[in-house]
Amino acid sequence: MNLTILIVMAVLTGVLGSPYVTDTDVTPGSDSAGMSAHPNSVPEAADGTEVFHEEGVVEEEGVEEDVMATGELNPSHYPAQRAANVVKHYLNTRYGSPYRWVGLHKVHSANAEEVAESGRKYHLEISVQEMTGNTTEKCSAEVLFPALENQRSPQVQASCEALLTANTTAQEEALYQQYRRNHTLLSGHNLPDSYGHIDPDMKPLWHLGGVASSFVMLKESTENTLYNMAQVANVTQLETENDQLRFNYHVLLHDMVSQEIIHWKLLVTWSPAEGVKVLQMEELPKCEHCEVPPKPN
Amino acid sequence: TLQITDWMDMIAKNYSDVASLVEYGKTYENRPISLLKIGPTTGVRKKAIWMDCGIHAREWISPAFCQYFVKQLLETYKTDSQIKEMMTNMDFYVTPVLNIDGYIYTWTTDRLWRKSRSPGALGCNCSCDCNGTDLNRNFNANWGTVGVSFNCCSQVYPGSKPLSESEAQAVVDFVEKRKDDILCFLTIHSYGQLLLVPYGHPSIAAPNYDELVRKSTNKMKVGLAAAEAIKKVHGMEYTVGTSPDVLYANSGSSRDWARLTGINFSYTFELRDKGEHGFKLPEEQIQPTCEEAYSGAMHIISYVHDKTFKGTGSAAATATATLWMVLLAVGAALL
Repeated sequence: MNLTILIVMAVLTGVLGSPYVTDTDVTPGSDSAGMSAHPNSVPEAADGTEVFHEEGVVEEEGVEEDVMATGELNPSHYPAQRAANVVKHYLNTRYGSPYRWVGLHKVHSANAEEVAESGRKYHLEISVQEMTGNTTEKCSAEVLFPALENQRSPQVQASCEALLTANTTAQEEALYQQYRRNHTLLSGHNLPDSYGHIDPDMKPLWHLGGVASSFVMLKESTENTLYNMAQVANVTQLETENDQLRFNYHVLLHDMVSQEIIHWKLLVTWSPAEGVKVLQMEELPKCEHCEVPPKPN
Repeated sequence: TLQITDWMDMIAKNYSDVASLVEYGKTYENRPISLLKIGPTTGVRKKAIWMDCGIHAREWISPAFCQYFVKQLLETYKTDSQIKEMMTNMDFYVTPVLNIDGYIYTWTTDRLWRKSRSPGALGCNCSCDCNGTDLNRNFNANWGTVGVSFNCCSQVYPGSKPLSESEAQAVVDFVEKRKDDILCFLTIHSYGQLLLVPYGHPSIAAPNYDELVRKSTNKMKVGLAAAEAIKKVHGMEYTVGTSPDVLYANSGSSRDWARLTGINFSYTFELRDKGEHGFKLPEEQIQPTCEEAYSGAMHIISYVHDKTFKGTGSAAATATATLWMVLLAVGAALL
């Protein structure tokens, strides 16, 4: 008799859906290290005190989300998106120029695995687009976020179908020659301005700033950050050296996770032949008396 | 912001039969916080829709959208029968800028300011970012648990305690009194192109998560359908999900507070773009962004309207519940 009831209930549950609607996609960070390891954890206080904890909250049954898990990831969820963002920065450091600024279009698929003693490795299939044009291209990539504290930068490998080969050579060459011939050195500031506007003449320097910023953003990225360049505060052209155009940049980066705006000073060189290089990078405090802002974990 | 307040005055004056200005609080710097109440007075107590913009000062597209939303309602309600019906049945409470102090600060001093402009807590040193509270971490909804930093210089400093900020308190004061009437709570932000559903805490799911995001047994997916509606306008993709899934965990948000207060349809809109311009969306994108967001918002609003006034969906839910009760009763009787 009891068995019959159970079967009936089971069948009806399947048909009608559970009367308990505690379905949740996410469980709290399952990483046993607890405090600082959760990807959603937040900047620690400047004085080092732990500022929040993930434990001690209502835990409901549900499907375990792959917060720190391995295996297939939902491509629209943040772990895959953050890893893909890192690939975008990597591609900019490799292929970027004043006429080629790479953006992320879409993540098609992603999975992650723990690599013993190394960290976590993501495999991604993504599409990127050149923000200067309108083409999108597919890329396969791997991102390894290192486990060791002293080795912070992720390592990326990527191969893109068309390798972002929209022909920008002519434009780059023309710009290069034009900047070399300048009698007065170029400068610009507030790119974009408060209204999102950039003078057409300044767009290549804005793109170049974005590409150069990717060097920093690549280096600084972790599974707990999502960086974009918010603005070129200032760019000043310096004397050309060794056929490389040279610029001092002051850029503002935005980390979506901590919501912080971080200032960096960059010494950037570029030529069509050598591509973009960042010779020096220095994080700046927000104002004179300030310390460098709290870092996300 | 003086321009926005002038505009609000103008709207209340020019559309006085359906629009009125309601002051419901004060900012830290003692500026009045007002909303536009849109909807004809029908003599009966009406249901309502809540929309707030400009919680975060630097997200300029947000107040622009609230203005657009109001403008659209007022320009179409006489000729669009659906809008007219909705406005007859529901009032729209729209706050174009909640964080007025912060918003003004982005015009006068720092374009990328986010928080309120209340002073930093005692013991806060550093001279620059160390005042202000993140209003969207200040609500009493799992306050201070996740997605915050108790460093007052942090952009996600949740305040010294829940509702320490007068701006957040103003919302609570207004909405709480009317919580049984408010069908839908939309809070508008940028950037990221996302539609976020409660809760910001990764361990807690809204009981109607399925309805909010996905397909329910017979109904259209609401959040995903809203994203589809958005995409139809200009092809932009908006991702739908909880904040811990698609963005980051957070606590103390207005959306979560609204949901906990019992307003089932509570969404955060994160408008354009995806990082290229970020907070500084170019002027030529304002109109298209507003158009697509309007379409998305209207999808959600019509859904809750129809559910309330036309009974779609509630019938199915009631039937299911009744069936379960019967079965459990039968089961209990048999044991």
